[in-house]
Amino acid sequence: MSQYKYLFKSGLVFLLGLTLSACAIEPWVKPYERDNLADPIMSFSKDPVSLNYMHHVYQAREGARGAEGGGGGGCGCN
Amino acid sequence: MVVTKCTSFERLTNAKLFLLLAFFISGLHAAVLPEDRSDAMYHSYEGGGMKIDGPSILIRKSLFDKVSVSANYYIDNVSAASIDVLANASPYTEKRTEYSLGADYLINKTTLSTSYTNSTENDYEANTAYFGVSQDFFGDLSTLSIGYSKGWDLVGNSTDASFEEEANRQNYKINWTQIVTKNMIMSAGLETVTDQGYLNNPYRVVRFWRVENGVQTIGKKTEVYPETRTSTAFSLSAKYYLPYRAAIKLEGRTFSDTWDIKATNYEVAYIHPLNDHWHFEGKVRTYKQSQARFYNDLFESENFQNFMARDKEMSDHSNISYGVGAVYQHELADGGFFKKFTVNLYVDYFQFDYNNFRNELASRDDPGLLGNEPLYSFDATVTRFFFSVWY
Repeated sequence: MSQYKYLFKSGLVFLLGLTLSACAIEPWVKPYERDNLADPIMSFSKDPVSLNYMHHVYQAREGARGAEGGGGGGCGCN
Repeated sequence: MVVTKCTSFERLTNAKLFLLLAFFISGLHAAVLPEDRSDAMYHSYEGGGMKIDGPSILIRKSLFDKVSVSANYYIDNVSAASIDVLANASPYTEKRTEYSLGADYLINKTTLSTSYTNSTENDYEANTAYFGVSQDFFGDLSTLSIGYSKGWDLVGNSTDASFEEEANRQNYKINWTQIVTKNMIMSAGLETVTDQGYLNNPYRVVRFWRVENGVQTIGKKTEVYPETRTSTAFSLSAKYYLPYRAAIKLEGRTFSDTWDIKATNYEVAYIHPLNDHWHFEGKVRTYKQSQARFYNDLFESENFQNFMARDKEMSDHSNISYGVGAVYQHELADGGFFKKFTVNLYVDYFQFDYNNFRNELASRDDPGLLGNEPLYSFDATVTRFFFSVWY
């Protein structure tokens, strides 16, 4: 088994265990303390159409890919 | 004979683990559907002899508070006169059209997402199907998203009607978003991508030394890539809400693949609202990568090795980009169908520098420069102008 598949499966098993223990943890930031976090300027993906386009630009011009959110599709790279 | 013992852990397939995890997180806390909104964007990339622009239209609407459907129509109008094109072909124009349909479904307080994307050019067709599951838990402090997509492409060649190859890929994604404090949120993502099939560009060529009539000169032939590639990328992002209503974002990513490319990128962004209507953004991003092990700007001979590439995206290179943005937002009167709209303009300036990809056009005028041309670099400007409306 390649190290990549092993890494992926290990991550899934870790998250499965963490998920099963989730109910026992009290939230340390209460819902009424999340005003600042709810401000749109704090969103990681405020405008999906714009974000996906930038991912496409990066993927077309760089060798790296993945772990950047949405995106996909052809190339137009030459 | 070597016998490999397979453990029960190894026998768990990725798909089974994915379904197992999806089943368990489906019993936890609430999730929400994406907002109802539509976006109409004009995008433009201009630099390095390339001009690529066109529209992107995204429409999203929820139904019965259970389902949110989306559709995206995207065009790339390509006018190509890049260094690769000028050195080995003639400038050309082409068009890429992409359609996406997606649906998000709230079931047992879990969001299940699926989408299908089709992209067509005159010599390339790409299809991607996606399935994902997302869930808030730890009192909604954490969001876990896992996703799987499968892509199947048909690669053609506009100069050879008989040329047809396939390329397939699979993506596995895990993303964890965590509220850390009442002013800070973090996100970690891990994605593995596997490709199989015809992975190089049928038009791109490598160059190599050869001797012709006793004179050393340059020969060219089509690139040859391995037929498999597996990559892993890990990213970490953080956003912090500053005391005077502004936000700062930090992001880093590391990447490696079985072609020996290693890459890192970092980004810092600042978002500053001016009042209820305006906000401004500024960002700096850097990217750096090492070359693929079978890349060479100029090979020693025609059959120097099995796999040979001269794609500048496979070379040792870096880029830095600076971006600015301005957004105008207007809330609409209560009771109407539309709730608010925004007008957005973002401009990013890129500088690309290649460390072992040379500007072969320079040796056309001065053959004495063969193999010793100046290193290639170029700059590009990326513009996004879009209108968004919420309803």
